[in-house]
Amino acid sequence: MAPLIHAHGLTKEFGDFVAVDGIDFAVEQGESFGFLGPNGAGKTSTMRMIGAVSPITSGSLSVLGLDPEHQGPQLRSKLGVVPQEDNLDEELTVYDNLMMYGRYFDLPRTVIKERIEELLEFVQLTDKRKSKVDALSGGMKRRLTIARGLINEPDLLLLDEPTTGLDPQARHILWDRLYRLKQQGVTLIITTHYMDEAEQLCDRLVIMDKSKIVAVGSPRSLIEEYAPREVVEFRFPPGVLEDVADRLEGTAPRAEILADRALLYTDDAEETISRVAAEGLEPETVLARRSSLEDVFLRLTGRTLVD
Amino acid sequence: MATPLALRVFEAEARVYRRTWRGSVISTFLNPILYLAAMGIGLGSLVDANMPEGVEGVTYLTFLAPGLLVATAMQTGAGEGSWKVMAGMKWTKTYHAKLAAPIGIPGLVGGHMLWAGARVLMVSVVFAFVMAAFRVAPLFQSLLAVGPALLVGLAMAAATTAFTARLDDPAGLPMYFRFVVIPMFLFSGAFFPITQLPSWLQAVALATPMYHGVELSRAIVVGTEPPVAWWISVAYLVAWIAVGTALCMGPFRKRLKP
Repeated sequence: MAPLIHAHGLTKEFGDFVAVDGIDFAVEQGESFGFLGPNGAGKTSTMRMIGAVSPITSGSLSVLGLDPEHQGPQLRSKLGVVPQEDNLDEELTVYDNLMMYGRYFDLPRTVIKERIEELLEFVQLTDKRKSKVDALSGGMKRRLTIARGLINEPDLLLLDEPTTGLDPQARHILWDRLYRLKQQGVTLIITTHYMDEAEQLCDRLVIMDKSKIVAVGSPRSLIEEYAPREVVEFRFPPGVLEDVADRLEGTAPRAEILADRALLYTDDAEETISRVAAEGLEPETVLARRSSLEDVFLRLTGRTLVD
Repeated sequence: MATPLALRVFEAEARVYRRTWRGSVISTFLNPILYLAAMGIGLGSLVDANMPEGVEGVTYLTFLAPGLLVATAMQTGAGEGSWKVMAGMKWTKTYHAKLAAPIGIPGLVGGHMLWAGARVLMVSVVFAFVMAAFRVAPLFQSLLAVGPALLVGLAMAAATTAFTARLDDPAGLPMYFRFVVIPMFLFSGAFFPITQLPSWLQAVALATPMYHGVELSRAIVVGTEPPVAWWISVAYLVAWIAVGTALCMGPFRKRLKP
């Protein structure tokens, strides 16, 4: 079967600025696909091109077998979009927002009414149906925006940084709902700069940096490919880290010295910790953990993802 | 058959208005009453005492009322094309939400203009009823005078929307109202004949859409010949609407679908 989204040499320029620089990717039916990268990497521009609200500069892009440039309205009628910033109608109620959005798709009111009940249930906002959007918390607004994106039963749901700015509890509720959508077979496209989000939600992802794709794969395979199994994080008192950096680097196959801590990549954390101790170094704290996408990103770009 | 995109936007605007109309309804009724009472009757009694032959042959109230009807429509049109457009593009971003759905730029602009027309119509019809209550003209004639008012309101909505869509900074809007809308309101023949103006200002007044609407409405209410042939004024107003709407497309596209 042909992929749901197919991009080849996809490029977006704004004047002299190249926001997306010739990227290739394909997304399969039922997949949960992520774009991971820091702010300004080109994730949102890519998303807007997929959503047919930003014309491509060059290359080719097909979404659901359609050409976003020339079949925009037809394509958008099959998409659900959850933008980075909630653009709900704050003066209207939760119910009216959904009804209004459903009408943009020219769905009959009776159909929309039924879907509103199901969707409010799904995003756990049934008791807020008559509340003005104004009065909702950030997490509730996000969930309402997701419900709104599902009103037309889309083949593809685009989520642009779905949990940015939410508190941890709200994030977990949202992740749970997105996970259920995935279970139901909805194809999800997610941009994020949170590696835990990418690890939780994405079957496959690309890592973007400076307008380009620098790696592609499943979270597990990326970690296996680019980072040793374990990481030990050492923190030292201010000023000490620079002095001991050389000695730390000698204790593990790979080391990253960051501003506030040192990361030592190793296949055996226990052994690395004892070697550091044998060097006579006395870190303030020691944390051994599994490698994460953050480490992959650091390896590929030399920078941390979230500063 | 599929509902046209512009009508879907119109329906959404109506849905929002259903929740927010209370804020504007009082002023819609009260403004014409206050203006016609203070200026038409209060100031008008002084004018009429000094001009036994009337202003262009009629009492000041009769002269003023159709002009004020069009002036009100003009302001309503400008209002629909200003803060609301700024909000849709930059603040609440509800335009972005519409575009993520199947609505495109022509549907968005078209629906916006349809709704602006509906708002102008509401305000003007209320004004016509007040005008009839002040015995300026029978209700039927007053309602006929709404036609030119609607054209002027749409012309201003289109031109103002095209202007707002080009603004990067909302600070341009108060300037626009101060230096374009209020002078147009005062000097386009609603309150006194533009023949009272110096000739270069007469030329400016003649170029405004409001002037043409004022003369058409006044011709309907008073029954006199307008100074400019009616079909020229109508064509001029229709051209404003068409060109203004066309000028919205470019900046809307640039802003919303970069």
